[in-house]
Amino acid sequence: MTTNEKTAGKAADKAAEKAAAKTAAEPGKAADEGKKSAPLLEVRDLHVEFKTRDGVAKAVNGVSYSVDAGETLAVLGESGSGKSVTAQAIMGILDSPPGRVAGGEILFHGQDILKLPESERRKLRGPKMAMIFQDALSSLNPVFSVGNQLGEMFRVHQGMSKKDAKLKAIELMDRVRIPAAKQRVNDYPHQFSGGMRQRIMIAMALALEPDLIIADEPTTALDVTVQAQVMDLLAELQREFNMGLILITHDLGVVADVADKIAVMYAGRIVETAPVHELYKRPAHPYTRGLLDSIPRLDQKGQELYAIKGLPPNLLHIPTGCAFNPRCPMAQDVCREDIPELRRVTEQDGTELDGRGSACHFWKETIHG
Amino acid sequence: MTELAKSQGPGAATAEPAAATGTAEPAPARITQWGEIRHRFMANRLAVVGLVLVLLLFLTAALAPLIATHDPYAQDLGNTLASPSGDHWFGTDALGRDQFSRVIYGSRIAVVVGLASIFLACLIGLVLGALAGYFGKTVDTVIMRIADIFFAFPLLIGAIVIILVMGRGVMPVILSLAIFSWATVSRLLRSSILSVREMDYVTAAKALGASTSRIIIRHIMPNSIAAVMSFIAFSVGTAIVAEASLSYLGVGVSPEVPEWGNMISSARDFMGVKDFLWMYPSVAIVLTVLGFVFVGDGLRDALDPKLR
Amino acid sequence: MAEPAKQAAEQREPILQVRNLVKHFPLTQGLVLKRQVGAVKAVDGISFDLYKGETLGIVGESGCGKSTVARLLMTLETATAGEVFYKGQDITKLSGRALKAVRRNIQMVFQDPYTSLNPRMTVGDIIGEPFEIHPEVAPKGDRRKRVQELLDVVGLNPEYINRYPHQFSGGQRQRIGIARGLALNPEIIICDEPVSALDVSVQAQVINLMGKLQDEFDLSYVFIAHDLSIVRHISDRVGVMYLGKMAEIGTDEEIYEHPTHPYTQALLSAVPVPDPEVREGRERIILTGDVPSPANPPSGCRFRTRCWKAQDKCAEELPLLAVPEVFKGKETAAAHESACHFAEERQIVPAA
Repeated sequence: MTTNEKTAGKAADKAAEKAAAKTAAEPGKAADEGKKSAPLLEVRDLHVEFKTRDGVAKAVNGVSYSVDAGETLAVLGESGSGKSVTAQAIMGILDSPPGRVAGGEILFHGQDILKLPESERRKLRGPKMAMIFQDALSSLNPVFSVGNQLGEMFRVHQGMSKKDAKLKAIELMDRVRIPAAKQRVNDYPHQFSGGMRQRIMIAMALALEPDLIIADEPTTALDVTVQAQVMDLLAELQREFNMGLILITHDLGVVADVADKIAVMYAGRIVETAPVHELYKRPAHPYTRGLLDSIPRLDQKGQELYAIKGLPPNLLHIPTGCAFNPRCPMAQDVCREDIPELRRVTEQDGTELDGRGSACHFWKETIHG
Repeated sequence: MTELAKSQGPGAATAEPAAATGTAEPAPARITQWGEIRHRFMANRLAVVGLVLVLLLFLTAALAPLIATHDPYAQDLGNTLASPSGDHWFGTDALGRDQFSRVIYGSRIAVVVGLASIFLACLIGLVLGALAGYFGKTVDTVIMRIADIFFAFPLLIGAIVIILVMGRGVMPVILSLAIFSWATVSRLLRSSILSVREMDYVTAAKALGASTSRIIIRHIMPNSIAAVMSFIAFSVGTAIVAEASLSYLGVGVSPEVPEWGNMISSARDFMGVKDFLWMYPSVAIVLTVLGFVFVGDGLRDALDPKLR
Repeated sequence: MAEPAKQAAEQREPILQVRNLVKHFPLTQGLVLKRQVGAVKAVDGISFDLYKGETLGIVGESGCGKSTVARLLMTLETATAGEVFYKGQDITKLSGRALKAVRRNIQMVFQDPYTSLNPRMTVGDIIGEPFEIHPEVAPKGDRRKRVQELLDVVGLNPEYINRYPHQFSGGQRQRIGIARGLALNPEIIICDEPVSALDVSVQAQVINLMGKLQDEFDLSYVFIAHDLSIVRHISDRVGVMYLGKMAEIGTDEEIYEHPTHPYTQALLSAVPVPDPEVREGRERIILTGDVPSPANPPSGCRFRTRCWKAQDKCAEELPLLAVPEVFKGKETAAAHESACHFAEERQIVPAA
């Protein structure tokens, strides 16, 4: 029962620390936010709920993150973590009902777009923000040619003539490096391969040069050799247009090369934020560490994989306290009672680590111990 | 601390009840498939309303002689076209017959024709649909082309032709409705089987060495019949309407038989004057059809294992 | 999975021998009078051996024919040509009772845990069905107990026996599928992408379970997947498929650390590795273009349309799967079977 006593002591420590941490950093806000002008996109304490037959599923429970122009944020999470729902809320394409934004703000160029009427938000989609989905085949309309669908963006939003729109479509297809764009502009989606279709989706998202692109698992459905091509293209175009990019994925390997910073989500909350390299080297949340350890490695043949025990949480009954506590090897009583805030992560000597945050009562033990 | 100790045992967490962490919520230890389906059906308010309507219809049909206040055939030429009263609740028709008793007895024709015709249609449709769906290829092509012919023929016109050949009566009505309804049943079942056939659990059963009959009975049928079940419930309602329409057009059962279509038909001459004549049988038809539609809707939801 | 198992395997007779296996799906035209206008060459002459107690990984991209190989090994498809010998008996020619007997010994685990379990059967009925099909394996009174034992073996609570699949999560469902595959005490389990539909945190649990079961029941696995890291983790030997052909085959070390086929090299270099340090020391080969259609594969070497080394010879002459001439008789890990005219070693993954 010594562990019990230890826990109690630690819990008291934590409580004191928590009060301090709260004043130091509002959850999830970028550390240096005060100094800069408003970021391109800032999500503040977003809550999204879904009504189901069996009750209310809390898909997003207070997510905050921000993206600047020219910056790439990767949102990492497993199914049910709320990573896609957050994106849908930003885009305003949440299925509602049953879904509904239950609280929070989404500031785009400093303006809370949740307060805008639907007609205004529709004007944002396309010229200001665009989304790329996992399944390009079902995102493209099978009965119109690719050129027609690309050109539609210009006809609808910029009132271009049919002929000009088609020329623009060819230009875009060239841009995303579809070979023989001129000859293929009148082809239909099913006549392209998976990788080419995803390029067309990217072209469509880029058409009106939006400020923000959200890519939801853009390469998951593609083969490895094609994955790399598409991801490189996306990163390159993002640099060229100086857009903000939110990359949603379950695969850390995919985003490692292109992302600037990463936010790990679990049960509708952000549990850790960090620059990509830092996250891999020194995770500050047991969930992140578990995820990294459970990925088999290409360069070595392990005996047994580390496995996070248990199952992903049921969103209808999220565990009390830290949602990860039933699966966490470090869980103590405090984890079952208090929801840990996302707080700043520091070196052992107290120097601040830029852009790092962890929502774990025991982040110190996780990163330093 | 027991919680902690437990979760530290290797594999303990994965064997934890799904109720604690997983997707499944308070699941009673022992539930049968039917029990669960019944539970889901009963939880649906409209479905229960439908079920009550349908049961009322069946009860009325079975107990018609006890419920009816008069002989539905008895004419009282001294009291024709009487408005509803204490003696004749729904009034009397042009021949002085008690409308209430005729509406009550009309449920018998509705039930018999509705159930019998759809039973026959299912008999043909399910067997042919299953054959087409499971064997595919030539069997499928032949059966589906035949089904297309019946499918393309307008039900009422086809039924009229058959009845003109066979003569009027209950049997010809049942037969003609069955002949023009099975095609939809078989098409539905076929397409449902086609999608179920591709499921991995069917492949898994094949890989285990399961016989064809086992695969059809245990795996394909229970999963494909659900889509057809709700349609069958709808169809009974549709068949009752079709039957009434045939009678209304004068090609259904004989005009003296108490039947809702007949009653509306004979009320034609008094529309706007004696509206109670067509109103009561019409309400009977509408309630009956609604009952079957609600039951069909409820069945569709209750039979879907994924909706939970 | 461990080294001793591998060495033992080399001395033993193969339990499964695949020889020149071919599966062409005919392409037909016309509604009534169907005539064949071509064929999708899903599997076009594949040979390999599987030894007792080992795991053979088969990797490749979509459309390479790896899933068709799984279905052929399970005799769920009829082979167009070629043989599959199980203990010396060609199972592609079997039917009826003889086939049913073989099926007891070769079982399968599927990719999608949501479609591989009949939603209208309880877990007990699903895992117990093998006993109903092969009643000689377990007497009737014993079956319930056997099912509960199996649930326990795969790490599920035996009390779940009366639940339905929809009451479980993806990882739990995959465990149920594995229990069903184990029920008849098979010698071989064909795994077709068994973890690719699962979340990362659950993937590791299932992989570990499969490793544990292999040791416990002396199982041989054919492990088909597109994820090279997972395949390396679980496999003793690995075969790389491209467009219906085997490009390269060897031990995990030979394939991952000494690849000689350009396709294997490109595939390895494209694998996203989350470790920034490993990634920096690694060269990337980015292939151009897409996989050609298996209905109309290139002449000669299938890979030549995307290969940076391709020459005229590659279009004219089909490279055979054999130890390349340059490496023949040499004591090097590069001396393994590779179907390339210009095979040469190139290290992609730094040795750990």
